Amino acid sequence: MSTELSSHEILDREFLPVRAKILEIAASLDRMQRAPDDVAGDPRLQQLHTAINKLLAEDSDRAEQIQLLFSRPYQQQWRDALDITR
Amino acid sequence: MYYIDPHIHMVSRTTDDYETLAKMGCVAMSEPAFWAGYDRGSVEGFRDYFEQLTAFEPKRASDYGIQHFTWLCINAKEAENVELSREVIAMIPEFLDRPGVLGIGEIGLNKNTRNESIVFLEHLDLAMKTGEQILIHTPHLEDKFQGTRMILDMLTNDSRIDRSRVLVDHVEEHTVELVLNEGFWAGMTLYPVSKCTPARAVDMIEMYGAERLLVNSAGDWGPSKPTAVPDFILEMRRRGHTEQAIRRVVYDNPIKFFSQSRGFVFDPPEVRS
Repeated sequence: MSTELSSHEILDREFLPVRAKILEIAASLDRMQRAPDDVAGDPRLQQLHTAINKLLAEDSDRAEQIQLLFSRPYQQQWRDALDITR
Repeated sequence: MYYIDPHIHMVSRTTDDYETLAKMGCVAMSEPAFWAGYDRGSVEGFRDYFEQLTAFEPKRASDYGIQHFTWLCINAKEAENVELSREVIAMIPEFLDRPGVLGIGEIGLNKNTRNESIVFLEHLDLAMKTGEQILIHTPHLEDKFQGTRMILDMLTNDSRIDRSRVLVDHVEEHTVELVLNEGFWAGMTLYPVSKCTPARAVDMIEMYGAERLLVNSAGDWGPSKPTAVPDFILEMRRRGHTEQAIRRVVYDNPIKFFSQSRGFVFDPPEVRS
């Protein structure tokens, strides 16, 4: 089941909602910046910065890449670590 | 359009919600057993809960022309108590032949621990012993990718399992393909903050097709929207998808999956007297 809309139709439809979401992100980052303490060293903020940079890639799997960025890694040998035999 | 919500926790919704869902076209739903918001202290707490799922909720739903089906288990959050979990697993067969019981679920992982894995495997044993279908919860947020991979490892390592009778729920962009490629059904849960939005669910339908994919609201006691499936239907329409294509996802697919369960006796609205 492929996409029924053209890229232009999607852009027409999504431009204002995406603009609004970007503004929300900008305002959230500004709010943190204005607050009295400092979160510059917090790894979560670094994760957010990395995620924002990923948005600028030209790939077509940005959503998947962002999901993986926010995911704990999978270890193939997890059964050994947890002593699970099946 | 008629639709079926294959995963919704109506014990935490009001009767007004049943009425709203009926007005929006919901004709059937399935409700997996889940966490109550607190850890239950004894097997009797679960017996009462299963009574509610198999007797009271079907009655409440039927007052609005909705058929209510259910799944039974002890959920992953409470699986850290292995002793209690084993007592519950031993008690579940008392309810498996009740009308509307579709199988074992929603079992799975939460924080991807050893105890959760042990209880998940023992639920699988029960399902294989009793011939039940299985509905699986995958973890939230940062635990989802790792937990989904672990769940798939355990499922694919078990030659007794018929993959077409297993639904792996709450898939997102980084897990949907893994689940479908292994031959399981996949469910997309439409949640306001975590999990998936209607727009992203339609994206995944467009990328992977409608084969073995379901959408649900999971409407529960947390921030959630029981009318999320109609939101998905509207998003499909706004993108130009045909009514037939939409119906396949929200009506035909749930019937196809559930029909593998002996507890699924569906009365289609088109032929109801």
